[in-house]
Amino acid sequence: MKTLTKDPLNLIIAGVGGQGNVMISLLIGKAFVRQGYFVTIGETYGASQRSGSVMSHLRISRESQYSPFIPNGRADIILGMEPVETLRILQQFGNSNVITITNSRLVYAVGMEYPSLDKVAEAIKGLSARLWLIDATAEAAKLGDPVFANMILIGTLIGSGILPLNRESIELSLQESSPKEKLNANMLAFNKGMELVNRG
Amino acid sequence: MAGIGIDAPGTTELFIGNEAIARGALEAGIGFAAAYPGTPSTEIMESLASVAKKMNFYAEWSVNEKVALESAAGASFAGIRAIAAMKQNGVSVASDFLANIVMSGIGAGLVLVCCDDPSAISSSNEQDTRNIAKWLDIPLLEPGTFQEAKDMTKWAFDLAEELDTICMIRSVTRIAHARGNVKLGELPRKEHKAHFDNICPVAPTLTKFIPYPSAWLHQQLHVKLDKAREVFESSPFNWYTGPEEAELLIITCGSCWLYSLEAVKTLNLESKVGILKLGTIWPLPQKLIEKHLSKSSKILVVEEIDPFLEGSIKEMITDLPPASPHPTFYGKHSGHINAYGELNPNMVIEATARIMDITYESRPAEYSKKAAEIPFTYMPMRIMTFCPGCPHRATFWAIKNALRLDGRDGFVTGDIGCYSMAIGPAGFFQERTMYCMGAGAGVANGLGKLAQFGFNQPVLAVCGDSTFFHATIPALINGVYNHSNFTLVILDNSATAMTGFQPHPGTGITAMGETTRVVDIEDLCHSLGVQVDVCDPFDLENATATLLKALAENGGPRVVIMRRECELVRARREKKPPYKIHVDPDKCLGEACGCNRLCTSAFSCPGLIWDKDAGKAKIDEVICAGCGICADICPQGAIVKEAV
Repeated sequence: MKTLTKDPLNLIIAGVGGQGNVMISLLIGKAFVRQGYFVTIGETYGASQRSGSVMSHLRISRESQYSPFIPNGRADIILGMEPVETLRILQQFGNSNVITITNSRLVYAVGMEYPSLDKVAEAIKGLSARLWLIDATAEAAKLGDPVFANMILIGTLIGSGILPLNRESIELSLQESSPKEKLNANMLAFNKGMELVNRG
Repeated sequence: MAGIGIDAPGTTELFIGNEAIARGALEAGIGFAAAYPGTPSTEIMESLASVAKKMNFYAEWSVNEKVALESAAGASFAGIRAIAAMKQNGVSVASDFLANIVMSGIGAGLVLVCCDDPSAISSSNEQDTRNIAKWLDIPLLEPGTFQEAKDMTKWAFDLAEELDTICMIRSVTRIAHARGNVKLGELPRKEHKAHFDNICPVAPTLTKFIPYPSAWLHQQLHVKLDKAREVFESSPFNWYTGPEEAELLIITCGSCWLYSLEAVKTLNLESKVGILKLGTIWPLPQKLIEKHLSKSSKILVVEEIDPFLEGSIKEMITDLPPASPHPTFYGKHSGHINAYGELNPNMVIEATARIMDITYESRPAEYSKKAAEIPFTYMPMRIMTFCPGCPHRATFWAIKNALRLDGRDGFVTGDIGCYSMAIGPAGFFQERTMYCMGAGAGVANGLGKLAQFGFNQPVLAVCGDSTFFHATIPALINGVYNHSNFTLVILDNSATAMTGFQPHPGTGITAMGETTRVVDIEDLCHSLGVQVDVCDPFDLENATATLLKALAENGGPRVVIMRRECELVRARREKKPPYKIHVDPDKCLGEACGCNRLCTSAFSCPGLIWDKDAGKAKIDEVICAGCGICADICPQGAIVKEAV
């Protein structure tokens, strides 16, 4: 198995409260712990979980436990469930080497003018060393439920080869947390995400 | 992972701090656990309750934190190890009992876990409970990692028994709610046997559990604290890393320890800056600190929230002989570290760089410039709001309309829960005061007695169902007794929703999942002679009319119960929305309507969006919960609901 490209490796999952940040960070975190890594996950908790901006900081290390906060400008990978949230995170935590994978589906902010996806996507691209812009929600809807967008994005993350994890390590995490009857559907969505790597 | 009860010593789990604390309690062999939910402490009891039946101990959601601590103490008095868990506000609620139990001893190990919320991310204040430990002479531990959260909790029970006094553990949000590696220990297998010891060896007419004579017991407590200090001097939860002689010594505790480590590493100062990490916070291990103070002439104290260590260490230094080191202190008093709010690695990096006179750049300046140039409009802020389908949105819509129709400048006093969001646009800015649990009704009691001073504005106090049981009942009784003029609106969504749907006395189910007698809110109010009306907030017309009627009445308090299950609980059970909603584009007149985009600019459910290109309202089908309330507010009837 490959090793981390950097220690600690700093991954941020960005989204809107209710989109499933906690589920994603846990799936990835457990996969790393199983391989003997130290993992720290910092989540946005509290009232922001209700449709607010949320983020999960994952810090992965062979050496030691890190704090649940990635310092400003020090993210290595950003996994975005919503493009505006991805941009928000890039602005604070991005740097010249950051790799971005993001859903292109906008989730509108209540009572606010919303920018066009084109403009947001362009700004995201300008702040990312490498970008995968994926319409995960539309792909998920094709699979029967927009909720699969998360597994599609995880599929793209793993498929991109930037983490020392593979399909099996995610499947093991899923077996522990999701009911058996949902496992197949989730893994189908994961496969879809892996396929999309080459189209990003 | 199989939860906190997994019987696999030596394996590593990815636990949040709260689960780690719960696991520590299991490894200590607790027989009793009590708590009231409150962020960031809730998961301690949630995880304990989930394994209690299987592991043969007792766990409960208590009606409030004072009762939780008293219940746990009761178990301890009968020889059962017990834990009580709460957030910082809860410790204030429990503090009356706490200030008394320190005067007596305990039976079996008794531990109070308090989770502080720096920056008040999910709270109404950011009080620092370490001060309570100092105030009341309670031995206090604070974990710096998830592993320590488990190990310290386990040890706290031994410590409490050794010292014969209640011990406290303080955690903060970034331990309680962050997740990290925890290596599991053994789970004890012993039978619990409870018996209350009725005899006091020194005074046969007393038991050990009567704090009398108080002054003598206060002196005894100081002896216990001295013993705690001795134990803490060699505790493995305190340690130093760094050079023998340091240019700067950082003294830190809790989550700030990891921030300090990161700061030193990021700035490449490992050979110049040392870190003394403390896990035993009160009483301070004086000799240990004295020994390390001589390592450097500059001390930076990094801690969240108040300058507790900083003040206590300075206090300690004044007692040292004149020849002892008197280093320069940096921290909250010097302004290098904020004396409010949560800290993070950035702040500690900046403070350290400033003291060491070095420059730090988090990323290339060119990138920062590009990031700063992104227009603000590309990243609209997301305001906090009620979930799609939340009954509270409908309730506050009805309250807003009833108060306007009443026309006497009436207003809402409130407190803590999901409905606190009514201080903002989510609830149409209706909640005009917001303090602690039960304070809406408490404050209304005073306002309702001001008629003699010309006050004639109607007062509506709001509280949730769980808050009603927690702290509102005495305020309602006070209103009845003193004939205070206000309307209490109970937002009954059948759950402690804000913290994750924990059951309470009105739900008929216990923390361990057993069915129990329902404490009926109407019956309880009726027994006080209070008039009670029950409405479904989704029936906006009836809800508004009922509120108007209550507002028009005069005299003692009356109660309106707005009853509708929390949408998240309903959706979880029914797994499908009640209605499919769409906007009929032929009926929606857009800007030409004259409604001023009532649905998206005023009602503002996240499921409603404004289609700029079409100039009409639209439903976001991914977000919409299908409650159908927006269909009732559209003046054109353009929002259509079809039963699913």
